[in-house]
Parts: sequence; C-alpha cells; structure tokens
Amino acid sequence: MAAAGHAVRKQESALVRALLIGVSVVFLGAILIVPVLSVLGYAFSEGFDVYLRALRAPDTIAAIRLTLTTAAIVVPLNTIFGVAAAWAIAKFDFRGKQVLITLIDLPFSVSPVIAGLVFVLLFGAQGWFGPLLRDWGIQVVFALPGIVLATMLVTFPYVARELIPIMQLQGKEAEEAAVSLGAGGWMTFFRVTLPSIRWGLLYGVILCNARAMGEFGAVAVVSGHIRGLTTTMPLQAQVLYDEYDLVGAFAVASLLMLLGLLTLLVKTIVEALGARRRRA
Amino acid sequence: MAAARGWVSPSVLPGFGLTLGFAGLFLSFIVLIPLAALIIRAGSLPLDEFWRIATEPRALASYRLTFGASLLAAGVNAVFGFIVAWTLVRYEFPGRRIVDAIIDLPFALPTAVSGIALATVFAPTGFLGAQLERLGVQVAFTWVGVVIALTLIGLPFVVRSVQPALEEVDVSLEEAAESLGASRWMVFRRVILPTVLPALATGFTLALARAIGEYGSVIFIAGNLPMRTEITPLLIVIKLEQYDYLGAAALGLVMLCVSFVMLLSINAINGWRMRRMAGRR
Repeated sequence: MAAAGHAVRKQESALVRALLIGVSVVFLGAILIVPVLSVLGYAFSEGFDVYLRALRAPDTIAAIRLTLTTAAIVVPLNTIFGVAAAWAIAKFDFRGKQVLITLIDLPFSVSPVIAGLVFVLLFGAQGWFGPLLRDWGIQVVFALPGIVLATMLVTFPYVARELIPIMQLQGKEAEEAAVSLGAGGWMTFFRVTLPSIRWGLLYGVILCNARAMGEFGAVAVVSGHIRGLTTTMPLQAQVLYDEYDLVGAFAVASLLMLLGLLTLLVKTIVEALGARRRRA
Repeated sequence: MAAARGWVSPSVLPGFGLTLGFAGLFLSFIVLIPLAALIIRAGSLPLDEFWRIATEPRALASYRLTFGASLLAAGVNAVFGFIVAWTLVRYEFPGRRIVDAIIDLPFALPTAVSGIALATVFAPTGFLGAQLERLGVQVAFTWVGVVIALTLIGLPFVVRSVQPALEEVDVSLEEAAESLGASRWMVFRRVILPTVLPALATGFTLALARAIGEYGSVIFIAGNLPMRTEITPLLIVIKLEQYDYLGAAALGLVMLCVSFVMLLSINAINGWRMRRMAGRR
C-alpha cells in the first residue's frame, strides 16, 4: 500500500490473470500441443512392433538415406558460405553491405514452392538447360541434384543469419591484435574467432540441418515423388498419408518431430550458455 | 591492397576478397541467378498473356484464399500471441518454462509433420474435429483449416517479437500512471500498448510473410478443392505437374513480387522502430 511508504504496482485481479493464462493454454493446446502429441499417438497406436516395422519398410529406409545424403551435402556447403559471408560482413566495412545482407535474407521470404520452381525452370525437361543436360545424360530435376539445389536455396541464410550478429557484436579488435602479432589469416580464424562463435555456429548448423532434413515444399516440386528413389522423409510421410497408411506416415513424422525437439533442446542449451557467459 | 579499393575501408585483417568473393559467387549461383531465371522466364510472356494467366478465375480465387487466410491467421496470432507473450512475461505459473520453450516448436518442426498432424486432429473423426463438428464448425477441407495451419506456423514470430518488448516496458511509467489514478485497463491502453505496438507490428508482418508462401502445413488440411480451398503455391505445383511451365512461372512471379513487398514492409517497420527508439533516448 502507498501507506507503507513505497508504491506497490497494481497487478491484474486474480480472475483476469487466471483467464489470460487459461486462454493461452487452451490456444496453445489446440493448435500446437494436441497436434504434436497426436503424432506420437498415431505412430504407436498399433504397438511398438508395428511402429518399428513401419520404419523398416524398404521405401522408408531409402527415404531416410536420401534425407541424410541431402543434408550431408547441403549443410557443410551452407556452413562454409555462412562463415565466409559473416567474416566479410562483420569484420570489414564496405559499400553495399546492407544490400548483401538483404539478399542473403531473401530465401526467408520466398515461398518454398518458388524455391523448387526456379530449378525446374532452369533444369527441367522444358527448362533452359533441360535439352543440354539430357544430351549429356545428366538428370537434375526428379533426381538428387535437384533435391540438393532446392534444399540449399531454402536453407541458405540460416548459418549466416546466426553468425553475422554475433560476429558484429564481437568487433574485430581481437583479430587485429592476433594479426599484428604475426598470426596468419587461418590461424587467426581458428584460434581467435572460432572459439568465440562456436555456440552460435553450432546452433546455426543444427537449425540449418533441421530445415534441410524437414524441407517439404521445395523438394516436393523437384522430386517427382518416385518411391524409393526421390522421396525424402517428409515426402515419404506424405506418400504414406495419402495411401491411408497412418501408422507408417506418423512413424516417419515422429522421427522428424524428434529432430525438431532435439533442435529446440540445443537452442535452449546454447541460449542458457550465452546468458551465463554474459553474466560472468 | 584493400586500401586501393575505394568502396572498402582499409583493414589489417586478411581474407576480405576471398570470403566476399566466395559468398557472392555462392549467393549468385544458388539464389540470385535461379530467381532471375524465374523473372526472365515469366517476363518472356507477352504482357496480355501474363495478365490472362495471373487473373484467371482460379488464380484469383487462390489469391483471395492465400491472402485472406494469411491476414486472418496473422490477426489471430496478433491477439492470442500477444496474450501468450503477456502471460509468459508477466505471470508465474507451473509449466511456464516448458510453455516458453515449445513456442519455437513450429520453427523447428518440419511443415509436413504439422500438416498431417493438424489434418488428422481436425478431421471430422479427429480428436478436436469431432468436437467442433458437434458445434457445427467444419475445419478440415474448408478455409478455417487453412487459417488454423497458418496460425500454427506464424505463432512464434508474434510471440518472439512481442516478448522482449514487453520485458522492456518501463515499470516506473506504469506506476506513475497508476499513482495518478489510471485504471489497470487504461494503463494497458495508454502506457503498455503504445510501447509494444511496433514489436507487435513486426511480428504481425513476419507471420503474414511466412503464411503467404506456406505450402506443407496447409495442403493436408485444406482438401485442395479448386476455386475454394486451393492456395496459390499449390496452384503453382498443379501447373508444374501439368508441364505448364509458363503458367507456373507467371504465378511464381506474382508471388515473388508479393514477397518483395513484404520484405520491404518488414524493413520499413524496423526502420520506424529504430527511429522511435532513438527518439525516446
């Protein structure tokens, strides 16, 4: 009370508080929590054995392998790009920097379907390079190269976007000191820069990986849905769902969900570490 | 030497040419040239032909659904996402940290997973769909389903934009207003809301931009009936499946233009926030 000598901030009444918390929980429950839990519910609806058998179906194993292959190509390349772009942007001042940052962000605002479409227009049967590629016997669309390209475009900004603010915040004094003491460029990067960005880099890579493995729209456009050959895990979930094989579809979905949950876990840990370092 | 180039400030650090060159090359090959190819391909159409494809009734119906549902979903998120952010920042309740962590789930969850999950839960026989059916609301295979899917994927954008802004609201201003006799509602409307509004606008626009291009989480629940529940990205996919490359490119260009407008709006709103923040200090 004011009589006690200091102002006490008025809170909302207990009723309003309970109401707002209730609205939040019901809202999140309906659009987020129930659907997510239902994935597990359906995946295990006929028991653990059926779940495991669904995951061991040959087409599903092929889909898992294709997804892992795609991510193994896309993630390292986008990581190298992200580090290079962040180094140029954060450690140097040059004209056109803002334009470059905007262009790197571009894939965030482009529909995944467009990301697939552009490669069909370039490399598809009626695309610019379609006839040329056919003569050379190279298949891009409806094959691994197309899936890799489309995934690469969609996941392009993730590592760079994570690193640029971190490296800008750190400035360049430490690197300048290292160089003036005679360290080479690579040594400066690995000994000075990398240790201080490793957690942000880790999260960027994990996020890029989660997006690469889970990409649906862009891959759906370029894949052609050839079972056992060009269906990635998300596409395999769609194929099985369309065939009313709910256990199979949700078994694949459950693996992808696990990937999402692991990504969240890493994010939470990285943020906690960052907060602790800032306090220290 | 770097100093010889007029557009870059001199620096003792090495690697500028290498990293910028590599980043620029990679950006060009993966993003810029492919997107330019779309523009050139669609641009090769005669203007009246382009106009005919872009404004045929089925395309117009798909724009209406895509933009209408996206706006509605971003609006739902602006209201409910705000309430969620408010309860997370201001109240203490059991499970608060878990709720805070799962807000990001739509970011991390592959869209196909949320798509089939929503379609199953909201199907007329599903866990929530059956309840709603009894109330006379059909979600699956209607525009309501599209709005629900777009609300799910837009949620983190609003909550994560509003949360830090709410944390920064100056409590002493609230106390001052209250000591002058303002009611709690008035404090909210006159003190808190104006401070948080720019962040809310950013979240709304980000959610809207994401919703307009969304594909994976929508197509399962939408039912994809031509003229009724067919979103524009799906129409592009259908045209491609019919090998109508030019039709797909034309619609793709329309969507790309919308993306550019959204990107510019986001930058404009951020600029407005920066100026406001600078003005307050």
